[in-house]
Amino acid sequence: MKPISKLHETLLNGDFAVTGECGPPRGANKEVIDEKVKLLNGHVTAVNVTDNQTAIVRMSSIAASTHLVAAGLEPVMQMVVRDRNRIAIQSDIMGAYSLGIRNILCLSGDHQCFGSQPDARNVFDIDSVNLIRTVRDMRDTGKDMSGFDLDVAPQMFIGAAANPFADPFEYRVLRLGKKIDAGVDFIQTQCIYNMARFKEWIRRANEEGLTEKVYILGGVTPMKTAGMARYMNNKVAGMDVPEALIKRMDGVDKKDQAKEGIKICLETIEELKEMKGVHGVHIMAIEWEEVVGQIVEQAGLNK
Amino acid sequence: MITGEQKPINEIIELVKPFEKVLILGCGTCVKTCFAGGEDEVAVLASALKLSFKKMGETIEIEEQTIERQCENEFIQEAAAAIGRNEVILSLACGAGVQAMAKRFKNEVVLPGVNTTFIGIQESPGVFTEECSGCGNCGLAIFGGVCAVTRCSKKLLNGPCGGSQNGICEISPDTECAWHLIIERLTAIGQMDNLKTYIPPKNWDTSLSGGPRKLIREDHKI
Repeated sequence: MKPISKLHETLLNGDFAVTGECGPPRGANKEVIDEKVKLLNGHVTAVNVTDNQTAIVRMSSIAASTHLVAAGLEPVMQMVVRDRNRIAIQSDIMGAYSLGIRNILCLSGDHQCFGSQPDARNVFDIDSVNLIRTVRDMRDTGKDMSGFDLDVAPQMFIGAAANPFADPFEYRVLRLGKKIDAGVDFIQTQCIYNMARFKEWIRRANEEGLTEKVYILGGVTPMKTAGMARYMNNKVAGMDVPEALIKRMDGVDKKDQAKEGIKICLETIEELKEMKGVHGVHIMAIEWEEVVGQIVEQAGLNK
Repeated sequence: MITGEQKPINEIIELVKPFEKVLILGCGTCVKTCFAGGEDEVAVLASALKLSFKKMGETIEIEEQTIERQCENEFIQEAAAAIGRNEVILSLACGAGVQAMAKRFKNEVVLPGVNTTFIGIQESPGVFTEECSGCGNCGLAIFGGVCAVTRCSKKLLNGPCGGSQNGICEISPDTECAWHLIIERLTAIGQMDNLKTYIPPKNWDTSLSGGPRKLIREDHKI
């Protein structure tokens, strides 16, 4: 199989992949993107570009991804089904491909009630699993959802999210299987802090043979402060930060907490590197892109 | 049933202010059951309005009547005499009732006194929950009798999102995760295999998305 993107090529070669994340600005300022590109370029294989994350209006994921393409940094364009119906989704995927975007991450999207405009109407015409199948069908059959033959069909390397920390736990592996059946190529997981639970999830995925069929990139987010650890555990949907980790962050001097957060992140990456069924790491240093280079280097993941 | 709740009194006052003779017309079926527009609510609203207008130093004449169902012509006719005596109808029926009145009495002003909310049930005394969105294509057989279209905040048909924790939806601690309930039900009835099947994109043509719907029963047409 010919690789579709650099990320695809890295994973095909059996190399441990590293992806980063770039949240577009709340405004039309391209310089914000340029700054983040500078911090990430050279350290990671590809960078996720979020799609109005937490339902807060930002520069579009397609436009921001296009800026990355122009700067020579490969984007993973995130796409949520919250804001677009199937007509807009297919149209945007074709447009994105024409602009040089080669990776897509198919998501449901945070509910609009979390954002700055909770009175918005959501769409949810199709769900994230339907989105995976749609992109896969466009790529592999060359047809849109109506069965129409596209003159040039978008060829995307298809990703999706998995959250081993959400409930019901028993269902989480079944859902991974469902996404694989729908046609997903790679998975990026929710931030891993509860390593015991992650290990159990990956053990079951290995047992079912799922990790042979999909590349799994473990998600990590370095914590800046103990307050952030507590906030993520209590306020962010689907996050699980064990009490022991919060205590560990609390236990160090305030000025050293960021350093401790990076240390925890490195320990997690170390475990992921050795874990059967894990093919890479997805570093989400939220508004803290400057530490990504350091983390990659200290983790020995430099190219 | 169709549930609704009475509009705030100040909004109702603003609606009826331009009129002097008001008929408050209750509806004796769904909105009665959810305490929004039955006989009792008509009486309480009439007293409240009279008191408010008296306080404002304005006069208003209010007549009260409740018919069995405002959505059926057969019952609507019973209100004709009272409608003739008044300037305006303040209907405490659901949106269908208000519109049925407007269709039947083409030259009368009909005002809504109730906000229609959803198709639901009274889960416990005084607590009503939404259960069905009338999508026109029922999939309850696959989901063990729990509607993913209505009760999942994201209308997900292929399983729960990453925001489900301890049976609670990410949008609010008061909202149960529909997928948690679906999995509980399917486990109990031994149909968990239903969830392995890929559910294709839903055909929304049968829902309101396809435009206002009409149901025609040829065998009942005259």
